[in-house]
Amino acid sequence: MDVKALLQLLRTMYRVRLFEEKIEFLFKRGKLGGTVHLCIGQEACAAGICAALGDGDVVSGTHRGHGHAIAKGLALDRLFAELMGKRDGYCKGKGGTQHVASFAHGFLGTNGITGGGIPIATGAALAIAHRGQPNIAVTFFGDGAVNQGVFHESLNFASIWNLPVLYVCENNLYAMSARTDQLLAAESIAARARAYRIESVAVDGMDVLEVYRAADAAVRQMRRAPRPYFIECRTYRYAGHSKSDVRKYRTRDEEQQWQDRDPIRAFTARLVDEGTCGTDEIESVRAEVAEEVEKAVEFALASPENDMTELFRDVYAHE
Amino acid sequence: MSEREITVQEAVREALDEELARDPDMLLMGQDLGIYGGAFGVTAGLLDKYGVGRVRETPISEASTMGLAVGAALMGLRPVVEFMFMDFITLAMDQLANHAAKISFMYGGQCGVPLVVRAPFGAGRGYGVSHSQSLEAWLVHVPGLKVVIPSNPADAKGLLKSAIRDDNPVVFLEHKLVYPVKGLVDDAAAVPPLRGARVVRAGSDVTLVGYGHQLVMISKVADELAARGVSAEVVDVRVLKPLDIETIVASVRRTRRAVIVEEGTELCSVGSEIAHQISTHCFGDLAGPVVKLSGRDTPVPAAMNLERGYLPQPADVVACVDKMLAAVRA
Repeated sequence: MDVKALLQLLRTMYRVRLFEEKIEFLFKRGKLGGTVHLCIGQEACAAGICAALGDGDVVSGTHRGHGHAIAKGLALDRLFAELMGKRDGYCKGKGGTQHVASFAHGFLGTNGITGGGIPIATGAALAIAHRGQPNIAVTFFGDGAVNQGVFHESLNFASIWNLPVLYVCENNLYAMSARTDQLLAAESIAARARAYRIESVAVDGMDVLEVYRAADAAVRQMRRAPRPYFIECRTYRYAGHSKSDVRKYRTRDEEQQWQDRDPIRAFTARLVDEGTCGTDEIESVRAEVAEEVEKAVEFALASPENDMTELFRDVYAHE
Repeated sequence: MSEREITVQEAVREALDEELARDPDMLLMGQDLGIYGGAFGVTAGLLDKYGVGRVRETPISEASTMGLAVGAALMGLRPVVEFMFMDFITLAMDQLANHAAKISFMYGGQCGVPLVVRAPFGAGRGYGVSHSQSLEAWLVHVPGLKVVIPSNPADAKGLLKSAIRDDNPVVFLEHKLVYPVKGLVDDAAAVPPLRGARVVRAGSDVTLVGYGHQLVMISKVADELAARGVSAEVVDVRVLKPLDIETIVASVRRTRRAVIVEEGTELCSVGSEIAHQISTHCFGDLAGPVVKLSGRDTPVPAAMNLERGYLPQPADVVACVDKMLAAVRA
């Protein structure tokens, strides 16, 4: 990767991180309602995977999906507006944090049902295969989703039909509060994919370059010879599951150990150590993103609420 | 003359065949619909004609079959999923109710979900609890779905084509006992709109409302009543969602009496809603309470005599009409 591409990876991670931090801030000040699932700590997964994709590729995300949307190129201002339930949101505010999509970006949506996006992305790959296109579908899901029935069914479908779908498991060790290693009757999550004859790798989800390289190799191979592929990213969410979680199920020591391996700090240290760029360049990327976030929030706060007629619109498409 | 007599089963097959020929983005997905031709023989011959890419034999994985159809539809394909029995739709409800039905709304109208779910439904064959249900009320309760139940070949063919061309998820339910029903189809007919009940028999004393096999049943009851000098109007609901209550209400205003007959269990049924709407819109016109004959609030038993007890019977409808008319005469 050249310097520009490396800085773009960094920018994507900052866009996710600062977006999420701003959400926390807005929540505390009552500017956001409902619930939210933050992905702080997991930025390298979405950033690394999506950096390997092209415009024609499609992505489905999870309930913890802001990072997936941002890494696929969605604009922060319309995302904030969506979270605030405003008219300029990608879905006019009717979807909210767990149901935001932008078809213009090939982003098929975050998803409030654990594992719900897995068969949908697999079906998108069916459409790609049906039309003989050189694209792929990607679906992000968490470790909790690998015990859903649709996970197993969909991997089986993709394998028997040679569908170009990249399964990306963001294994953050906990299905909400439950330890995944106590709920999984398998040697590993990546091993489950091999049971369906799907090539799989496990990578360090705190290392954006390792994620990117795995994704890039997978995507190149999938475009040459359409088949499913599976990447398990081992990562960690710093915050609780959602707003109400006080994290009784894990220790502060464990949290600190993972935060010591912070994906953004590790990546910036490496860029400087290897002489790729200086701290000033890194700081200017961060500052640009911070400004983008401020402007995006202003845009969203200024965006009008919906007229009540919007309640009855879009129940059916094109009617 | 472009009219031919065919069965409902043939009508469904013709609709699938003609739409497969017309639209390369349409495909079929389901269990045993290839060489076997579908559990009820509906898709016989289509694999040979269109190949494995268009007629997709699926594993026994209803939940993900539904989900794949949603994903394919989001990308612009028009998948038509067949579930072997309607009861199996319960395995696919997350993707149908939480995803397919909600996507247009929750994504702010960015995208439709042009898919069809076809499934045989209903009792009368002694198949027992897991192969006999009428779960249409579950589906009608979900905003964003459309629900269609034909009772004759012309509607089966026309409304299925219309369902396939619709940009929204449509559940198209085919009663097992309706497959052999014969009727005329007009090859020159335009594809009908996916809405509207229909008065299939004019009458003046009472309105009988039904759909699917119960429509077939009440049509025969109307013959029987006519022989005894009672003039029954028969309304086929056809499209349960969006419901055309106007046609039903207009009929009841004329006849002043309504009997609704359905197979689904009686609590919170489609008939319950129709009865409520009739009461709301026709209260001053009614000669007596609206009567609803539904499946009993029990599972559908396998024993044939018990199954008859579960289902509304022709004699029940006749007795009901007699009582309504007697009450007025008394």
